[in-house]
Order: sequence, then structure tokens, then C-alpha cells
Amino acid sequence: MKLYELTAYELSERLTSGEVSAAEVTEAYFERIESVEEKVAAYLELTQDVAMEQARQVDDWRAGGEQPGPLAGVPVAIKDVLCTRGIRTTCGSKMLKGFRPPYDATTVRRCRDAGMPMLGKTNMDEFAMGSSTENSAYKVTRNPWDLDRVPGGSSGGSAAAVAAGMAPIALGSDTGGSIRQPAALCGISGLKPTYGRVSRYGLVAYASSLDQVGPLARDVRDCALAMNVLAGRDQYDATSADVDVPDYVAALTGDVEGLRAGVPKELMGEGIDPAVRTTIEAAIGQFEELGMAIEEVEMPNLDHSLPVYYVIAPAEAASNLARYDGVRYGHRTEEDVSDVYDLFAKTRGEGFGPEVRLRIMLGTFALSAGYYDAYYLKAQKVRTLIKQDFDAAFEDHDVLLCPTSPTVAFGIGEKADDPLQMKLAHVCTIPVNLAGIPALSIPCGMVDAMPVGLQIMGRPFEEATIMRVGDAYQRATDYHRQRPEL
Amino acid sequence: MYGLAFPKCPLPIPNSRRKVIQMPMEPMIGLEVHAQLNTESKMFCSCSTKFGAEPNSNVCPTCLGLPGSLPVPNRRAVEYVIRTGAALNCQTAARCRFARKNYFYPDLAKNFQISQYDEPLTHDGYIDLDVDGEQVRIRIRRAHLEEDTGKNIHLATGSSLVEYNRSGIPLMEIVTEPDFTTAEQCREYLTQLRLILRCIGVSNANMEEGAMRAEPTVNLVDRETGEATPKVEIKNLNSIRAVYQAVSYEIERQRRAVAEGREDELFQQTRRWDEDKGVTVLMRRKETSDDYMYFPEPDLVPLEPEPEWVEEIYASCPELPAERRERFCTEYDLPRYDAEVLTESRQLADYFEETCKRFEGSAKMVSNWLMGDVMSLLNEAGITIDQSPISCEMLAELLRLIKEDVISGKIAKDVLATMFETGRSAAEIVEEEGLEQISDTGALESVIDEVIEENPGPVEDVRAGKDKAIGFLVGQVMRKTQGQANPQMVNEMLREKLT
Repeated sequence: MKLYELTAYELSERLTSGEVSAAEVTEAYFERIESVEEKVAAYLELTQDVAMEQARQVDDWRAGGEQPGPLAGVPVAIKDVLCTRGIRTTCGSKMLKGFRPPYDATTVRRCRDAGMPMLGKTNMDEFAMGSSTENSAYKVTRNPWDLDRVPGGSSGGSAAAVAAGMAPIALGSDTGGSIRQPAALCGISGLKPTYGRVSRYGLVAYASSLDQVGPLARDVRDCALAMNVLAGRDQYDATSADVDVPDYVAALTGDVEGLRAGVPKELMGEGIDPAVRTTIEAAIGQFEELGMAIEEVEMPNLDHSLPVYYVIAPAEAASNLARYDGVRYGHRTEEDVSDVYDLFAKTRGEGFGPEVRLRIMLGTFALSAGYYDAYYLKAQKVRTLIKQDFDAAFEDHDVLLCPTSPTVAFGIGEKADDPLQMKLAHVCTIPVNLAGIPALSIPCGMVDAMPVGLQIMGRPFEEATIMRVGDAYQRATDYHRQRPEL
Repeated sequence: MYGLAFPKCPLPIPNSRRKVIQMPMEPMIGLEVHAQLNTESKMFCSCSTKFGAEPNSNVCPTCLGLPGSLPVPNRRAVEYVIRTGAALNCQTAARCRFARKNYFYPDLAKNFQISQYDEPLTHDGYIDLDVDGEQVRIRIRRAHLEEDTGKNIHLATGSSLVEYNRSGIPLMEIVTEPDFTTAEQCREYLTQLRLILRCIGVSNANMEEGAMRAEPTVNLVDRETGEATPKVEIKNLNSIRAVYQAVSYEIERQRRAVAEGREDELFQQTRRWDEDKGVTVLMRRKETSDDYMYFPEPDLVPLEPEPEWVEEIYASCPELPAERRERFCTEYDLPRYDAEVLTESRQLADYFEETCKRFEGSAKMVSNWLMGDVMSLLNEAGITIDQSPISCEMLAELLRLIKEDVISGKIAKDVLATMFETGRSAAEIVEEEGLEQISDTGALESVIDEVIEENPGPVEDVRAGKDKAIGFLVGQVMRKTQGQANPQMVNEMLREKLT
């Protein structure tokens, strides 16, 4: 087995035992990147020098008798939405072309401190708005399982990099499904943690009340390893929670006997591709075999998730993205301008792509005087109802199960002109962000030779439970071991 | 009235065809005050708030609004607003939120300002004012917390620079109900508010430095019918005096427009105070209220100050300047003017009281020395009372020496100056320089005899009953003794000898 085919956990064992060095592992990854990146186009920026220096540092530690953490020497790819000190951070937007932040995101710093060499920055939908990574201003990332299909989005670069063996672990961000849906479409595992579980400091904001950073990896155990590095309170993020962080790897006992799972009717019905539904039902059968009790649950307010999301997220985005005005950093128009407002308008008109402009306009409308109550305020109220549906469902159930994506990966360009269809790609994942709960996507079968993802949702701060369930499934199946041919 | 461009109302109405509003209309004025809180660090990051630093040096990703940065509230700033709420008889909310005020401007790093909207930290208070003997209660609608913006600097070349050192400095906004009816009340309010903010140590409240900014809203209302002229907001006021003048001007402007039926001049607008010309000038018409697209700040959790903490802040609210002023009048029997001057700063008032405690004599004497010689020494040196080299113990000792006739008041002035210069005690200086008053009759007698001998003219005058001449003779004795003679004794001895 080649080094790039190993999971992070397996790499960690070999690194700890001294069987391989961090430099060898990192080199192996850059060799793999060199051979397949041209086809997949997952990265916006490669940081080989930085990675090699970090890898050698880890090797020096180990040579000096130090015992760095289990992920020391295991490389990581970073979604381009996370600030990396001195390294270009563009969010897939022309607006931030060439922008080098003077600081590291907390999650990036934690990876650095854990000794994880940074492979590079991965492609994404502009400002994390999209479901296919086609909204990137720079390149189209391809699904490693079928290069004519999308990898999902917005963390499509991170998902494709892991699926193609170009990174063992990648960081993504998830506002409405941007970690889980690409993980599903690329046949890997991805976790969106509870809102507040992982610091957002240095995560370029799309929708502040929904955004969360999380890992994408080959299996659940690798996600757990990554969460041991990422999770925990951060003094620089006032919304990060002061809740104890368990050892997520130790929580993977393989025992799910007696756990109760609910299957929300609203996320299994209309709009779900029948073949995907069949695959999910088979996976649910597998959980029954593992000793879990399964029953259908009704969560009627989930039907409103998409409209609620498309009021709240654009409203927050309109405000969050107001700072890109050409005054301090990033793109500035080269046209003649009549005054400062003309400078703002031209800069923003040129720097933002069509989807971002659309959402800024939507959000501005929703927050405007006279419309605020009817849109933003109402959406917040319905959001509370959606949360209450989850609270009720979790009274009797430990986890909830449903498809991650209503379909398998679609063709490049197929939905590019149909914004509604594109948005429906996140229909199963959006309720999770609105409720602030954690959810995991794991591969659970194939349709049309493309991977299908199963979503496992849990109570707030019970990442350990959903990962235990996902890991138990992966112990019993081998969908997560399947790899695309490249 | 200062510099008003037209005479007082009511004016003769020049044109009978014009619509005339006959009702007496009363001014209705509200004040919005922004005060910079004097915390060490900024509102949402740990950058220094130090004034006068190199441009754009006190900045970080958060106050520059860099992508990915997040705000973390400054607990001290929250405390200061609660403290202000306590001083202004406000209630502190058990739970409140920050909100985003969205608008585009280059000095606004994020193109939104983190402020508070429908849930302020403190609300519903009042302040009682004494305006020329009349008691007035002004209701405080709210005092809330927000961040300051940066500053645009426009160059003569036509280009502009932006300075972000001020960006993110904590600001408190204090909004009154429109309870003021005169410019005098506005002036007294700002004067008292400034004293209070300084007294409780939350802001230096200096309007000239921009640490306190006031924006009045002025209109006229008929209290009976409720009919009112449209509201006018006045900006660009850099001193309390400017507020007083601008409000006076604006009241008269609106009154005249009403009296003359020039309704086209009465519309909702923002006006700018032109200090040089002494007039308010139209800045912009306000067709509709500005839409700032307020919504709750999603990067911050609701603010829930712990009840014990709030209680502690309220309980530790010091005696406020107005109360202290009253107490100084009654407890120390001081004239109102003295009490006002002494309570202008908490440090000065403390110094006064500490000195009184250590001096067994009249408080008025302490006040006289403090307000006179001590203050002028401080002013000359450009320092404040808390930086004075003369402690209250030292001043009390000096006053005791005067009271016990060890030195004369005149000599004491010199001693005080030496104390200020050297930091030495009064007793030490008097001892070393031999400045004790000559109260020994034997020693004085020979000098007095000499003076009588040398000044036959005035001596005759005194004998003839012209009392004024005795002052001249006392002066001569004082001169011969280099001021060390006890003038009281000299006076008595002279009278004895000449009558």
C-alpha cells in the first residue's frame, strides 16, 4: 500500500513507531498531488515549502525524543476560506485575489501546533456560497469518481483532495452542508460540529450564526482524530462554547447496541432520488443489524428549512461581505470613479461573482426597513420552530438518519443555470445548521457508480455519539474503503 | 444670547397673507451624547486606546475588520456603561444584545458598526438639574455601548487617508428624552454629565478632544394641541458653548419661521453648526429615516451581566458632583461658588475634604488657599491636584502655621511656593529660613519707635483721627521687618502709642 492510500490513523501509527518519517509522508503526498491534481484541480495554492519545513520539524521533535500528538506529521489541506498567515487566502473570489492574511485562523493554528504539515489551500465556491464548487472564480474542481461531475460544495476542493488521495485530512467549513454534501458526493466522511464546538476565528464569514469549521477525511476515525485537535473553547471567538471536549477517538467503541435512531419522514420523501433512498434504507437496515432501534419521526417544520436559510444566510452575508470595498485590501477597481460610493460600487460589482451578488441583494432586501419583520424576524421565528422539532426528536432518539444529498454528484454545468436545483442539493443538510446541531456524512453505497452519503445527526455537543455510530457502521461495511481510479 | 443673527421672537408679522400659527410654541430638545470610555483596550479587541500613537499602529485584524476576524467584548467597557447607568438612575438590563448598524463609509472598517439597537444595556433613568435656581428633571432614555469608527483625513491633493487607531474604541451613547425646553438646560445637562462621567471615572468627557460629542435634536411643540415643527438634528458641535449657541440659534430660527409663516423652511433635516458665523447651516434634508438594516450581531452572544456584579457596581457608585456640591455648602458652610469649583473634579473635592480633616480651622480658609494659591501654582505647572507635590497633610500644616500666627499670610504664600518647588514641609522652610512672625513686643517696639520718628506727617494725621494713615505706618513696620512682624500686633501697638 502506498503512503497516500493510508488513513490518517494508519499514518499516525507508522509515524509514531518510526516506520516512516513525516518528511517521507509529506513528500509522498506532493508526489501524488503532482500526478493527479491536473485532473482533479482541488487546490488553489500548494504550500510545499511550508509543509516540508513543518514535516522536518516534526521529525526533529521525534528524533529528540519528544512525543508530539498523534497527528504530528500527518498532512492537512486547508479550505481557502480559512486565514493562513502569509499564505494567500482568496475564498475562491476575485475580490480577495492575492490577499495574504497577517494571522492564522485558530483551527489552522491548532493544526500547525499539532504538527500537521499544510499541503495547500483548497478550491471552493466563492465565499462558500454554492453546492458544486463551480462558483469559484479560479477553477472547476472535478469529482475524482467521475471527472465530468462536480465534487459538491462549497468545500469541493477539500473533499476531492481527500477522495483523490491528495490529502489524508482536509479542513472545510459548513454553513448549509458545505462539508457534508461534498463529502457525500466524493465518497468520504465529513463532520459538521455543533455550532460553538470549533472556533470560527479566522474563518472568513459567510453567515456567522450558521458557519462552522470541521474535518473531511477517509473515515470516521480520522474525523475523530482531527476533532481532538480542532474542538474546544477559543478566547477569540465569543460564540465558541466552554463545554468539555471528550477524547473523540476513545469514544469509538464500536458498540451501538440499544441506541435509538429516528428517520425524519420529511428528509426521506419527495425530492430524494429513489435509488438514493433505497441505498439509505439499506444502510438503515445495517444499523438495525448492529442492534439499534429505528423508527420514523415527523418533523413538520423541516419543510421550511430552505426558505428560512435563504433569508438568514444572505442577510448575515450581506453584512459580513460589506467590508470588501477596495479601501483596505483585496480587489479595487481600476476604472475612474466619481466618489467613494462609486469606488465601492465598481469594486464590488467587479470583485464578486453572480451568486455572491445575488445573495447580497437577497440579504439586503430581507434586512431593509419595512421588510425586516416579514423576512428576517419571521425566518428567525421559524428557525426556532425547526430547533424545537429537533429537540423533540432527540428526546426519544439518540441520533437521526437521512440522506446527506438527495442525489449523487451531478454533471459539471448541469445545474449551473438552475439556482433553485443547485440550492436543493443542500436540502437535507441545511436543517442541521439552522438547529446548530452536529452531523456526520459517511459513504453508504453507490448509485450510477457514484457514492451515496448517509447523514447522522446528533444532539448538541454529542459529536462523540454520532461518530461512534458512524464508526460502528464503518467497522461493519467497507464503502469507506472504496477509492476512485485516477 | 451669543451672536444670534436675528432678534428675539415674537416678531411683527410682515405679511398678513402668510399662514400664522398663533399658539405659543415651546422648544422640545433632546440630546444624544457620545462619550469615549477610558478603557485601556478597545471594545472588541485588545488593541491599546492610547491617544496620539503613530497612525494605524494601534490596530489588529479585528479593529481593521480583516476577513475572518471576530469581536470579543471588553468587560471593563460593559462595567463603565453600567456604572454610568447607576449614576443616571437607569435600570440595567438582565439581558441585552449587540446589533449591527450597516452603512458604507471608508472609516468604518467592516462597513457596519457594532452597536445596540432595541435592547440597550441600561435604560430609563433621569438626571435632576438646577438651572438658575429652577429644578428640572431630564429623563434618560438609554445609555448603550458601541464601537467608535476610524477617521478620514482629507489631503489638499484631493486624496484621502484613513486612520484606524480610533476604530473600535469603546463609545457610550447616552440618549435623553426630548425634555429640554431651553438652551440653558442643555448647557447645564452637559456640564453636569461631564462632571459625572469624570467623577465615576468612565470618560474624560472632553468635548474639545472629541472624547464627548453631543447632537441635539430641536423642534417646537404646542403642548396643548401636540402640533409640532419637524425635528432638526444639529451636528459639528465641539464644545458645550457651541451646543448652547447652536440650540439657541435653532430655537430662534424655527420660531421666526413659524411666526412669519415660512413653512418651506420647516422640514426634517440635519444642520451643521458654523462656529465662525454663529449659525446653523442645512446639511441634508431627511426625507425618510435612514435605513441601517439593524439586526442582532450574530458574532456575539447576548450580554447577560451577572446580577451580583451589577449590584456591586450600583452599590459602589460614588457621591456625585451635584450631591457633593450641596453637601459642601451645608457641611462646610461654603459659598455656592466655592462648592461648585471644588466639586468640579473628584480629586480636588477629595483633596479639600482630606485637608479639612487634618486642619482644625475654618473650611473656608482651606477653600480660599486651595482655589487661590494652590490652583494657580498647579495651573502654572500644568498639572492636576493629584499630581501636586504638596500633599493635603502639608497644606494642613501650612494653614496651621498661619492660624497659630507663626507666619503671616503673606509669608505663607512664599512658603507655599517653596513647598511646591522643593516638596519640603512648611515647618521646615519656616524654621530654616527664619520666617517666624515677630510677635515679641520688645523686638517690635524699637522698630515702631523708629517708624514714628521717621514719619512725623502721617503720625500727625493719626493723632488728628485720620485712621487711614495708620495703615501706612503698619506698612512701614512690615517693610523694615521684611514682612515678618505680626501686623495685628503692630497695629495695636501703634494705636496705643499714638492715642
